Amino acid sequence: MLILTCPYCGVKAEETELHGGGEAHLTRFGPESSDEAFEGYLFQRENPKGVHFERWRHAQGCGKWFHAARCTVTLEVFGTYSAQTSEPPQNIRDAISAKRPGWTWRSFA
Amino acid sequence: MKRYSTFAIAREALRHHTGWERAWRKATPKKKYDVVIVGAGGHGLATAYYLGKNHGIRNVAILEKGWLGGGNTGRNTTIIRSNYLQDPSAAIYEKARSLYETMSQDLNYNVMFSPRGLLMLAQTHHEVRGYERTAHANALQGVDTQFIGPQKVKELCPIIRLDGPRYPVLGALYQARGGTARHDAVAWGYARACSDMGMDIIQQCEVTGVRSDGGKVRGVSTTLGEIDCDKLGIVVAGHSGVLAEMAGFRLPIESVALQALVSEPIKPAMDVVIMANTVHGYMSQSDKGEMVIGGGTDGYNNYTQRGSFQHIEETVRSLIETFPMLSRLKMLRQWGGIVDVTGDRSPILSKTPLGNCFINCGWGTGGFKAIPGSGWATAEMIAQGEPGPLAAAFGLERFREGRFIDESVAAGVAH
Ligand SMILES: Cc1cc2nc3c(=O)[nH]c(=O)nc-3n(C[C@H](O)[C@H](O)[C@H](O)COP(=O)(O)OP(=O)(O)OC[C@H]3O[C@@H](n4cnc5c(N)ncnc54)[C@H](O)[C@@H]3O)c2cc1C
Ligand SMILES: [Zn+2]
Repeated sequence: MLILTCPYCGVKAEETELHGGGEAHLTRFGPESSDEAFEGYLFQRENPKGVHFERWRHAQGCGKWFHAARCTVTLEVFGTYSAQTSEPPQNIRDAISAKRPGWTWRSFA
Repeated sequence: MKRYSTFAIAREALRHHTGWERAWRKATPKKKYDVVIVGAGGHGLATAYYLGKNHGIRNVAILEKGWLGGGNTGRNTTIIRSNYLQDPSAAIYEKARSLYETMSQDLNYNVMFSPRGLLMLAQTHHEVRGYERTAHANALQGVDTQFIGPQKVKELCPIIRLDGPRYPVLGALYQARGGTARHDAVAWGYARACSDMGMDIIQQCEVTGVRSDGGKVRGVSTTLGEIDCDKLGIVVAGHSGVLAEMAGFRLPIESVALQALVSEPIKPAMDVVIMANTVHGYMSQSDKGEMVIGGGTDGYNNYTQRGSFQHIEETVRSLIETFPMLSRLKMLRQWGGIVDVTGDRSPILSKTPLGNCFINCGWGTGGFKAIPGSGWATAEMIAQGEPGPLAAAFGLERFREGRFIDESVAAGVAH
């Protein structure tokens, strides 16, 4: 069972208390963008076997959105962090590097 | 290949079963093949089979990282139906269903196809309207289905409870020619036929890289060394994203765990297949007597082939409401598979940005039923270099062009 700590209220929530919101840190392309960019934003997905960044909502708790970094193979959680950022903070990247040296995800490493 | 027959069984019975041969050869990779298929699940094996049978391409290798049929093909609840809403879906699923009818004879392998009838329960008014619409669409597509009332449901499935407190049974979309088949046998039957045509099925051989030159595929790197090919077919279900990354393109796919469970075996209690989409429960009774139950998918990307605990509880809880007799049953086993889900819940059969590299994926929670039709269409696409009539609508470009084949409204998640 997946357990994530909500970075807002600090509750250690198991997955029935949470709602998955899919891939994190998307750039939201709009009507003026190219077809490729718009398609990429709407449909193409990172689907890594390993380190992944996602949005989650503490749906049955404080109700807030946040980010999580975890491994899709082991369900290990590297950390959770604020929704108010467009890239993973350094402490999260370091936590991942400690366990998965050489990881990359989109342009992040 | 020695053919299986009643006579062969009698002959072997008389000589203590010493004359059976291996169903497929153990093969070691050659330097080069005309076509390499990655993934020896049902779709990969069927693709190889029809490449040989329909197009005469037999210099083919099928590479499998584990054992053949060990992916979703050997983990699914084997429901076969073709009562989809959209025309391209109806065409490919109905092609598949009709090929299932003659598959045992075609492959000389008993796949135990059992067209026992399939009911998709309508348990909300929304579903009643949705399935009435599907029945009309199916009539136009030439797919034989009908919308039936609760009394007819009860006749077909006496163990059902019609007036459950949360979700009463208001009717059902009935496909009398739907049913089940034995999943392993489908994989083994195709494997035996492929091997007999001289194709190499190479197990324990993981593809770790895709090599290309000038925008065209050259071959693959594997745990058993380099293998060259003229054309490459990627047919790896839950691992499609991983292979696409090796080949240098992205997919509109996410991989999630879907699980199933079986009960202890009991005497025959239900001779139809029941799908209850509102509560994400699916059930049929196997020939051994086990109640085979499929559940919902996890809500997040996952490669663990395990699935979340609470989904089992949710599935069983809601099924018990509609089938109270289940409450006395012990569950024997639970397992999961990694399914490849697209945005419109329809598969992808497509050329890719890499030349001579083709992909078949996105069957998600419901591709077992499609195996023969999908293999047929993918073989045609690989042989001719362009998708044929069955595959054409399922190309990757449909996402960019907004031509979705939207089955998510019609069926929700469904096997
Ligand atoms: C629990 C469950 C219930 C289901 N119920 C139904 C149902 O009732 N009806 C229905 O129609 N469908 C159902 N499905 C869906 C169905 O099982 C799949 O859509 C179908 O089996 C997919 O077949 P496939 O050949 O594409 O994939 P798979 O059978 O998964 O085969 C892909 C193969 O590729 C191999 N592979 C992956 N990566 C590599 C690599 N790098 N190198 C070499 N090989 C690799 C894998 O090991 C695997 O054997 C269900 C699925 C699950 C999990
Ligand atoms: Zn919270």
